[in-house]
Amino acid sequence: MSFIEARGLTKTYTPRGAGPVHALDGLDLEVPKGTVTALLGPNGAGKTTTVKVLTTLIEPDSGTASIGDIDVLEHPDRIRPMIGVSGQYAAVDENLTGFENLDMVGRLYHLGAKRSRARAKELIDLFDLSEAQNRPVKGFSGGMRRRIDLAGALVTRPEVLFLDEPTTGLDPRGRLGMWDIITTLAGEGTTVLLTTQYLEEADQLADSISVIDDGKVIAKGTSDELKASIGGQRIEINLVEVGDSEIAIEILRRFGHSEPTVTADGRQLTVKAEDAPVALQAVLAEFGARGIRLYDAGMRRPTLDDVFLRLTGHMASDEAAQEEGTAAKKSARAARKEGKKA
Amino acid sequence: MSTTTTHAAAAVVTAPAPEPIAHSAIANWFSDGWITTRRNLIKIKRVPDIVVFTTLQPIMFVLLFTYVYAGVIKIPGSSYNEFIMAGIFAQTVVFGSTYSGSAMAHDLKDGIIDRFRTLPMSPSAVLIGRTNGDLMINTISMAVMMATGLIVGWRIRSSFLEALAAISLLLLFAYAFSWVMAFLGMSVRSPEIINNASFLILFPLTFISNAFVPSDTLPTPLRIFAEYNPVSALVQAARRLFGNVPPNTPVSDVWSMQNPELTVLIGIAALLIIFVPLSIRKFGKVSSR
Repeated sequence: MSFIEARGLTKTYTPRGAGPVHALDGLDLEVPKGTVTALLGPNGAGKTTTVKVLTTLIEPDSGTASIGDIDVLEHPDRIRPMIGVSGQYAAVDENLTGFENLDMVGRLYHLGAKRSRARAKELIDLFDLSEAQNRPVKGFSGGMRRRIDLAGALVTRPEVLFLDEPTTGLDPRGRLGMWDIITTLAGEGTTVLLTTQYLEEADQLADSISVIDDGKVIAKGTSDELKASIGGQRIEINLVEVGDSEIAIEILRRFGHSEPTVTADGRQLTVKAEDAPVALQAVLAEFGARGIRLYDAGMRRPTLDDVFLRLTGHMASDEAAQEEGTAAKKSARAARKEGKKA
Repeated sequence: MSTTTTHAAAAVVTAPAPEPIAHSAIANWFSDGWITTRRNLIKIKRVPDIVVFTTLQPIMFVLLFTYVYAGVIKIPGSSYNEFIMAGIFAQTVVFGSTYSGSAMAHDLKDGIIDRFRTLPMSPSAVLIGRTNGDLMINTISMAVMMATGLIVGWRIRSSFLEALAAISLLLLFAYAFSWVMAFLGMSVRSPEIINNASFLILFPLTFISNAFVPSDTLPTPLRIFAEYNPVSALVQAARRLFGNVPPNTPVSDVWSMQNPELTVLIGIAALLIIFVPLSIRKFGKVSSR
């Protein structure tokens, strides 16, 4: 029995002067107690809408949702004391100091003045916020705000933590710091649902990943399962001469087991291979015989990037009908790059 | 940093979870309302714009009207300075109530409403805190304006209790109006639009009234508008209660002008009865974006 359960959630918005947008289109979700689940998807996939439904902020058009057997839609007032929420945009009051923000949240959880103050102090120390303790939040960096916001979500040590794109907009150091915090919280048994558009983040943090696009889950499983679902190892080569790419593709096609993919600059080629070590040797021998020079060549396991590429590639095929296949490939590549940047 | 945060997070989790204190719903409601009010009071203190609007602008208005227009506009049997003050009071507090509109729109945009709505707090608390903030702003403005008015020759020519009633009516009317603005702020969702729209509505409403000139001096269509304008009733009530009604100026036969205090009280009650539940309901549904 999963702790968080959502079944068939739908939500349609109609923006002024535009057609209806199906933010959620029959989304199912399960999060077992004490695990970290990532909702992975591009912007506009429905991640934030899902979190808003589960945190009592909006009502879906149809579907059901429950946390710990309590119906979210029927009893939002019983859900709220159980959950902590930290959003994409740090929801802190700019005119209050870090301390005042946390103290206010504690009091609104009805902890009482004394314990709210004590807990706020504690969180200030624990989250390294002493700089922001007595100064209005206004002047602080995004990373600092985000930490205050997350600290706000942890005032009562909630059973369930919802983190909507917890690292979007943070610098690499801030991102690592946030990952540490999430990992530790998860290690101590907090059930976490986080959303992210970064593959690496889902890979690092989540026990289970639900890939979502266009308001529904298009794949789910552990990071390893998802990778395994697209099978086998990859051979990846980098050409010295771009002009060799035609012939290189042909060689890879011969020894590999999929259509080779090529980066936009035409230098990096990837192909799936079933017995990768043998195939790599054969490929290298052939390249040698033809005098094609390489910067490097190697084998690698499939990454979540590959999963994402393939899944969103499928999704993009709808648009491809209008835009040609190359456009679809390009957007898939862009998504992949985005993942790498993370 | 990563080592400190790891250590930090470990301690966050091992720390004993504070349990909510079980209080009655009423006690929680008062507490939530006070906490959100305090949030808005801190904001008044820290945001320079609000301090300027609350103190300097009313002083400026009093001085502008009393010095610029006093020489031109003659009120028979009275001084313009005496006549004008009730109008300035009413205009300032009505404009003061617009903060709730832009503030709710801002809070919605910034996502802090989302934070509040996921907390187990009373659904009316944020609105109560916000409108209380406006009430405080207007109370400060009233004190500043009255002090400035006394310096330029305005006098209260009634009893202490009547003056107190005048101040209360002005502040209560503006308070009720704050709920209207809060509702609009959540509906329109753009602080800029709310600001512009309130100016477009409030300037005619306050100027086409008896606030700055006796309404019988206005051309007929404007005079009729002014006589039925609720702001006129508010100004007339304040003027009567402060004892500042010019002796020789005819008062319109319209019921609301004959019974301005009662009209204002009915207006306050009507605004609150309609917009308090509407706003609370709206608050329970709004979310950023």
